[in-house]
Amino acid sequence: MKEDVVIVQGNEACVMGAIRAGCRFFAGYPITPATEIAEIMSHELPKNQGVFVQMEDEIASISAIIGATWGGMKACTATSGPGFSLMQEGIGYAAETETPCVVIDVMRGGPSTGQPTKSSQQDVMQAKYGSHGDYEIIALCPSSVQEAYELTIKAFNLAEQYRVPVILLPDEIVGHTREKLLIPASIHITERSLPSKAPDQYKPYEPLPSGLLDGMPVFGKGYKTLVDGQLHDAHGIRAGHDAEVSGKLMERLCKKITDHTDDLVDVESHFTEDADTIVIAYGSVARSAFAAVKQAREQGIKAGILKLKILWPFPDDTIRETIREAKQVIVPEMNIGKISREIERITRDDKKIVSLPKLGGNLHTPGEIVDAIRR
Amino acid sequence: MHPIAEKYLRKRALPSIFCSGCGHGTVLNAFLRVVDKLGIIDELSLVGGIGCSSWAPVFIKADVLHMLHGRAIAAATGLKLANPKRKVVVFTGDGDCTGIGGNHFLHGARRNIDLTVIMLNNGIYGMTGGQMAPTTPTDAKTQTSPYGNMEPNLDACAVAISAGATYVSRWTSAHPSGLARSIEQALGHKGFSFIDAVSQCPTQAGRYMHGTADPATLLNMIKESSVTKAKAEKMSADALKDKIVVGKLHEDKERPELSDRLYSIMHDA
Repeated sequence: MKEDVVIVQGNEACVMGAIRAGCRFFAGYPITPATEIAEIMSHELPKNQGVFVQMEDEIASISAIIGATWGGMKACTATSGPGFSLMQEGIGYAAETETPCVVIDVMRGGPSTGQPTKSSQQDVMQAKYGSHGDYEIIALCPSSVQEAYELTIKAFNLAEQYRVPVILLPDEIVGHTREKLLIPASIHITERSLPSKAPDQYKPYEPLPSGLLDGMPVFGKGYKTLVDGQLHDAHGIRAGHDAEVSGKLMERLCKKITDHTDDLVDVESHFTEDADTIVIAYGSVARSAFAAVKQAREQGIKAGILKLKILWPFPDDTIRETIREAKQVIVPEMNIGKISREIERITRDDKKIVSLPKLGGNLHTPGEIVDAIRR
Repeated sequence: MHPIAEKYLRKRALPSIFCSGCGHGTVLNAFLRVVDKLGIIDELSLVGGIGCSSWAPVFIKADVLHMLHGRAIAAATGLKLANPKRKVVVFTGDGDCTGIGGNHFLHGARRNIDLTVIMLNNGIYGMTGGQMAPTTPTDAKTQTSPYGNMEPNLDACAVAISAGATYVSRWTSAHPSGLARSIEQALGHKGFSFIDAVSQCPTQAGRYMHGTADPATLLNMIKESSVTKAKAEKMSADALKDKIVVGKLHEDKERPELSDRLYSIMHDA
């Protein structure tokens, strides 16, 4: 592909990234502020030998992408708050059956119907804990159109590598911002691989030492795989009644992600080396935070920013290391203060953690964050 | 082990979860005989929902997606569209299909996507211990209708036909030959095919609704209640009350099928 520069919306960048990453199946249901993803997918996928299908609801959408994945395609869906709630049972199923797929949740505000047209970061915990039972997913969070493109590609790559649903969490502002996107000429794509063993030697859920699985026995390749939402043994046979087998599987489903936290870390830090105050932010808020930190520096205040591009698994050690010398940490979020609690969890009492929540749909202004830094 | 069982069952998954005398084994038997006759085991992708019925594909050595409750048809839609060369067969129950999965059932039929949906219909939620289903007859007593079912029951075949399914039949576990013939027709049909496979449940429906857990008695009850479509057409609505109308109820070979249409636009987009 030739390098190119275009001006597109964040939602459109997600589609471009998905198709670049090899996504050939999209199932979705219209919902503000994610609808453009479905619309553009419906336009672009047929030109790329792909299938777009509009389902009857979000439960059907997530179920269809699970089916399409086992049918052999890379697949994704996109939604927002209420639809993300409906998708949770399917996300749990995908996590349990180790079905790689990508779910884009363009975050709007409020519980229930809430604020369809306003931005928020209120779904960050739902992304991790939304389905019942113990499991882990990966969640990435773009702060720009460029990152929407790059992290969508990364989401598909990680889904294949870790055999896990990957949640992409653009907020409404990122989804609807139009800005420059540099499309690189070459980019790494993780292709789906079949198991290394022949069908008669292969156990579909026997983990490698890394806790990950050996390839993916998609349907029609002779593996005659049983994919079951009930906790199962290495052969995929039901074992929900067996405490030891079930317990081990759940532990592996969690640890195959959390044991690789260091490999998955994706953060950016600016001016943090000598900073007394470090702002930790993600999504569009990180852009206000970056402007705020620059303003603070101009005023002679030693401030820095740590931008999180991955939220789950939470990069505990990297954050702990970055903020070690800082006196205070400020966490602006367009929610009641969610990731700030994660920061509190990983720090000792001697450090001041300031949660800077903002509800209602408006982005923090740089000035609001500068005020918090000066306080 | 019977040669058909020997050849096609996933032995690690045995014993099956079916109670002795359950009609679901008869439906599974009919299906595997057809698969054997047509030699299509390697072409199959099977999907099950949740409930006794939906375990049927788990016991078959094939590519199997044992899905969430009610979501079998939605997942099968993705499976089929990702690889239309596969024959995708859904095993579902009356609760799975017309209760929790009702929305997906309607829209699968409306899309006329090439799936074969076999609904094993015992008129009750069996696996959870015998609660009323959308198919439970009015006034029937179950664990959640101790004073009798206050609701009318749903005719899944009528729903399938009106929503747009292009092959619809009803047979029973008391008619294994008719059922097998219909499964063969459904597998050969291009489009959404739906088979209502009425099946006895001695443990739950038998004990609570029909006053007997004896499979032979229940099978005879099904057989005696059944009338063929040809005969039913000459009967009054009153006479047809509580009857099971069996046979091919609907067939339409003209309506376009979804995967064909979706793949046809790929080249000229």
